[in-house]
Amino acid sequence: MREVAVVAFAQTRHSAVDEGRSEPEMILGPLEEVRRATGLRRFGFTCSGSCDYLAGAPFSFVSALDALGAWPPISESHVEMDAAWALYEAWARLQHGDVDSALVYGFGKSSQGDLREIMTLQLDPYYLAPLGLDQVSLAALQASAVAADRAELDEIVRRSRAAGRANPHALDLPDPEGEEFEVAPLRPYDIAPITDGAAAVVLAAGDLARELCERPAWIKGVAHRIEPHYPGMRDLARSASAAEAARAAGAGKGRPDVAELHAQFSHEEIVLRRALDIPAATAVNPSGGPLAANPVMATGLIRIGEAARHVMEGRAGRAVAHAAGGPCLQHNLVAVLEGGR
Amino acid sequence: MNRCAVIGVGQTRYTTRRRDVSLAGLVREAALRALEDAGLTWKDIDAVVIGKAPDLFEGVMMPEAYLADALGAAGKPMMRVHTAGSVGGSTALAGASLVQGGVHGRVLTVAFEKQSESNATWALSTHLPFSASLVVGAGGYFAPHIREYIRRSGAPDHVGTLVAVKDRRNALRNPYAHLRIPGIDRAMVEATPMLWEPIRYLETCPSSDGACAMVLAAEDRLTGSVPAWVLGAAMRSEPIFRAGRDTVNPRGGRDCAADVYRQAGITDPRREIDVAEVYVPFSWYEPMWLENLGFAPEGEGWKLTESGATALDGDIPWNASGGVLSSNPIGASGMIRFAEAALQVRGMAGEHQVDGARRALGHAYGGGAQFFAMWMVGSDRP
Repeated sequence: MREVAVVAFAQTRHSAVDEGRSEPEMILGPLEEVRRATGLRRFGFTCSGSCDYLAGAPFSFVSALDALGAWPPISESHVEMDAAWALYEAWARLQHGDVDSALVYGFGKSSQGDLREIMTLQLDPYYLAPLGLDQVSLAALQASAVAADRAELDEIVRRSRAAGRANPHALDLPDPEGEEFEVAPLRPYDIAPITDGAAAVVLAAGDLARELCERPAWIKGVAHRIEPHYPGMRDLARSASAAEAARAAGAGKGRPDVAELHAQFSHEEIVLRRALDIPAATAVNPSGGPLAANPVMATGLIRIGEAARHVMEGRAGRAVAHAAGGPCLQHNLVAVLEGGR
Repeated sequence: MNRCAVIGVGQTRYTTRRRDVSLAGLVREAALRALEDAGLTWKDIDAVVIGKAPDLFEGVMMPEAYLADALGAAGKPMMRVHTAGSVGGSTALAGASLVQGGVHGRVLTVAFEKQSESNATWALSTHLPFSASLVVGAGGYFAPHIREYIRRSGAPDHVGTLVAVKDRRNALRNPYAHLRIPGIDRAMVEATPMLWEPIRYLETCPSSDGACAMVLAAEDRLTGSVPAWVLGAAMRSEPIFRAGRDTVNPRGGRDCAADVYRQAGITDPRREIDVAEVYVPFSWYEPMWLENLGFAPEGEGWKLTESGATALDGDIPWNASGGVLSSNPIGASGMIRFAEAALQVRGMAGEHQVDGARRALGHAYGGGAQFFAMWMVGSDRP
């Protein structure tokens, strides 16, 4: 495959409450930042990820074009998925060889609605949605299947929130405490917080990447897999699709210094660590991960951006990033990033 | 860039209500027909790319999660594209891109809409807080653009009627078409109520349920079926609120067409393209897009329509299938254009086949006439 690298990444200072900014306003900052970092104003391809149901209106991505100032008209597409998949589409587009740069972005304002109920609308409308299982209840089913030790879950949250407090872009959340359950076995702090935010990434191929960035984060592999929708058809204690995506992306070919995992519930980190075979010495979610900031539709892209940042800043030679979609980690994407010229 | 070809096409019958199938049943029907055409089974597919227009149309958010099983995607990569009305075209292009980029050898691409699950006009009339909706549905939005076209070009009033009649006559030859109106003529169209001046009831597209699917393959993964080679492919988008943007003859459409023609080596679209499937949801968009896509000089597209050049027996047939005016499962409508273009150059368009078609244009647009997706397919390997 053609050499493609992440050469710039930017994100908003994510917010737990609606700060009165529209989606185009949210994305403007990260866009300007990656343009400044690369010096590029035009890109060979542009792709974004967002979700109409978060805005409660059709075409949530249309007004983002005004933020881009897409003039003259640009070569552009959009996925109704986490923007990590927009990055995947852009990476595939760069493989054609006729364009060398791509802009990828994602945004979400989950503060505007009840995310837990909204995500229920993603379920099979005939057999699953009518059961009234919301997102957290489904996650609790998976947490039960994992049967993780409470101390281990607490430690994941404590570590993630502490890292988040050290990350200016993530939320400031206190150490976990309290004995009550949200939906057993999940406590309220096991659940990623409601977050508004956006992120942008610039991809570049070959020599352009070397020109734009001192230490490009080369995408050594990227792959994704979906699995059956119905939780009853899966072994929820493990993620076969994440393991297969990791294998296809070549995640096991070397030891990663950093892993950024799209774990929206503490037990998901355990499932994903196993599926991706993350060694104990690897720093997991040093950004704080989704448990410290979860701007839905950008969260997965931020994992790739954060992993790439470690490589670009010379703090990691190899990093693994993961993004997820669908109920109970139905759909998983894995990217492997490496330094070097 | 790797070569890519369409080796299978599948469509459902387009109709107001497919009460006999679920969403999953609908997409599976189209996908199975595409696989059958290609001589393949589910296991021969490397990845699935699905597209549809806003999720509010059915009330299922990101339905690809639920449709993964029905489309044999479990264990494979699956992507979901959404680019407004152009999505069917963009979905085909995203699928083709995976083949052209050498990522996959065979991709199943599917687009659908089941409009009977809700009401698209009102789903399109919802707006964010503080931006008041001044129009109802797509017709309310596009009618002023059409009036401006008529003002600029001086086109006579009956041109829209001619398109409505021509496309519905073509639909009578297409077994999948939704609106099949025997004896359709100008008087019948002109007798229908005015919905959005100058668009009459029979000058607008129907609300349809339906799905369309294609199997796309790399050169080394062809089967025994006749391939339609992708000769050029492009997308363009422009902002909806840019001052000075020409919504009647958008630059995005012109640039997109120019990109496709350059890739396909086309310099005179009217002479070198044999048939075009173009997204015409309201009759007047035929003359407007004839100009936007370079088939006629600016202000003269209506003359081409009036002369009969775009009829099935004209020198540049447009929408031989009956077009969006005859079938409109919104999210699939763009892919149907792309698929019908492929059927024409494969010589498999049946009763609405344009004799000897070797190069065909597939076109889709969406949003406020700001998203464009196009491809050119041909019978000869590029």
